[in-house]
Amino acid sequence: MSTAVNTMKKKNAAQKQQAPKKADTRILMCGNEALAEAAIIAECDAYFGYPITPQNEVTAYMSRRMPEEGRVFVQSESELAAINMVFGASATGKRTMTSSSSPGVSLMQEGISYLAGAELPAVIVNVMRGGPGLGNIAPSQGDYFQATRGGGHGDYRTIVLGPSSVQELVDCMQLAFDLADLYRMPVIVLADGILGQMMEPIVLEKRPGRKLPSKDWALTGAKGRQQNIVRSLWLKEGALEQHNYKLQARYEQIQKNEVLCEQFEVEDADIVVVAYGVAARIVRGAVTKAREEGIKAGWIRPITLWPFPTEQISKAADELRIFLTVELSMGQMVEDVKLAIAGKSPVVFYGRPGGGVPTVDEILDKIKQLTLRHDIKD
Amino acid sequence: MKTVFKRTPTYKDVPTHYCPGCGHGIAHRLIAETIDELDIRDRTIGIAPVGCAVLEYDYIDVDMIEVAHGRAPAVATGMKRTNPDKIIFSYQGDGDLASIGAGEILHAGHRGEQITVIFINNAVYGMTGGQMAPTTMLNQVTATTPSGRTSTEQGYPLQVSELLAVLPGTIYIERCALSGPAGVRKTKKAIKHAFELQLNGAEGMSLVEVLSPCPTYWRMSPANAMKWIEEEMIKTFPVGQLKG
Repeated sequence: MSTAVNTMKKKNAAQKQQAPKKADTRILMCGNEALAEAAIIAECDAYFGYPITPQNEVTAYMSRRMPEEGRVFVQSESELAAINMVFGASATGKRTMTSSSSPGVSLMQEGISYLAGAELPAVIVNVMRGGPGLGNIAPSQGDYFQATRGGGHGDYRTIVLGPSSVQELVDCMQLAFDLADLYRMPVIVLADGILGQMMEPIVLEKRPGRKLPSKDWALTGAKGRQQNIVRSLWLKEGALEQHNYKLQARYEQIQKNEVLCEQFEVEDADIVVVAYGVAARIVRGAVTKAREEGIKAGWIRPITLWPFPTEQISKAADELRIFLTVELSMGQMVEDVKLAIAGKSPVVFYGRPGGGVPTVDEILDKIKQLTLRHDIKD
Repeated sequence: MKTVFKRTPTYKDVPTHYCPGCGHGIAHRLIAETIDELDIRDRTIGIAPVGCAVLEYDYIDVDMIEVAHGRAPAVATGMKRTNPDKIIFSYQGDGDLASIGAGEILHAGHRGEQITVIFINNAVYGMTGGQMAPTTMLNQVTATTPSGRTSTEQGYPLQVSELLAVLPGTIYIERCALSGPAGVRKTKKAIKHAFELQLNGAEGMSLVEVLSPCPTYWRMSPANAMKWIEEEMIKTFPVGQLKG
């Protein structure tokens, strides 16, 4: 064994000497433009969108870049039309996407339900802003319920990815297109106004994707084969029930295989903070500070919001600790945290809605307040 | 014995769910004949609406999609832009195209999408039980205009083809009527022309409006429904080429 290790060390040393210094390929980009370029790298054939703040950079970027690549860009007359253009392009087997922000995504729900029913892949980016109604254009996480509960009518799910950095947003785009094609369903990338607007250094590169099935269901003209039909209507008695069971089986497979989450110093923690997206960045700062002050704190960050990391959170709650959920909302993901923990540990919520963004110190205060209350634990 | 007429292969040999005297079956056949005559079955994609023709794919044997109410022109846009070599047609009723989908058809026409739209105007919502459509005639009794449509309460019948004809993005608009053999032949000619324009890469949207009988919700015999098109509907919806 020691010989093997020595050999490896030697090999590494040799590689170090020989390998030319790797150039720094990072570039500085805002989230909205970065996700657009990532979609192009992920071989998105067509983008359809309607202007809405705070995601306008996506539409503007695509209007320039897609034609450069010989691909399709259409500014639609509404979000209703945009999602239905996506529906049409997807049905012909093309990789396609749209992006919008909260009020626009509400309008798209009809189309998302039809995509789910008709088993069509598509990527929908929601750069969330404050609501309800027209709300404001400040960052928010108020669309968690809408994104993770289906959002439109009927019995369906969408995969929801909740990145927390511009690099992760970029990585999520490739994953989103792959998952959409693999499971033949809409995938939502749930970002927010901060992530869309902020600039970070990122690496844009094509990564190896998933092994994907051929799209033999696509509408390409019935050449040498029987007609293909794409539909969500199942009128015959029992047919829709069977269709729903089929979708459900797929959803269970996704829950089994596609959960992504990250955790930090949970093992010995007295308090675990659960947060996603941009809220998780603030939490990370607060937990690091808490550790510096001797408080045993950790965090869990769901990356897939559906499928939700129920098992990971449940496991963390096998030992009694305090769970604090932090969101830029009045408390939406906290319901999934409570479902996962199922009463095993106390779950507390802290959040700010309507564009309010908590500071590191606000969350740190909350952590201190909770950990000083030993009566909860005892 | 000489065969003088036979079912065109793209029109499936199955019974339809349409009521006796309905115009959808005729319109479907004309589309299927057009597809076969132009030999474009293997490059055509059709879009079925929400309405009585929602099961159109059970009758026309090409690749087809069924879409949300009114959204066919947006779906067609997504298909044609990503597949310029394919022939994309949508088939929409008056509630679908002129009411809930008014925005989509207007903007597809406005953008000059290179698609073919077959617009069936039978002056009522058929599938949901004969309610008023934007194209319902003045004084026409429907499930939701029990005393007849009035211009003050429900507005005048909406002439969508005339509206679309003024857009630079539309290249061919014709209104036909399925009210007799001559009307059926004219409709066929118009549908074929609309497909040919797309096939030849003409830059813009083509639309054929088809006045079509609905004996069930007009509360008439099929024969009287045909007469009603010629004697009443045509007064508000004059047949003829509006553009192109």
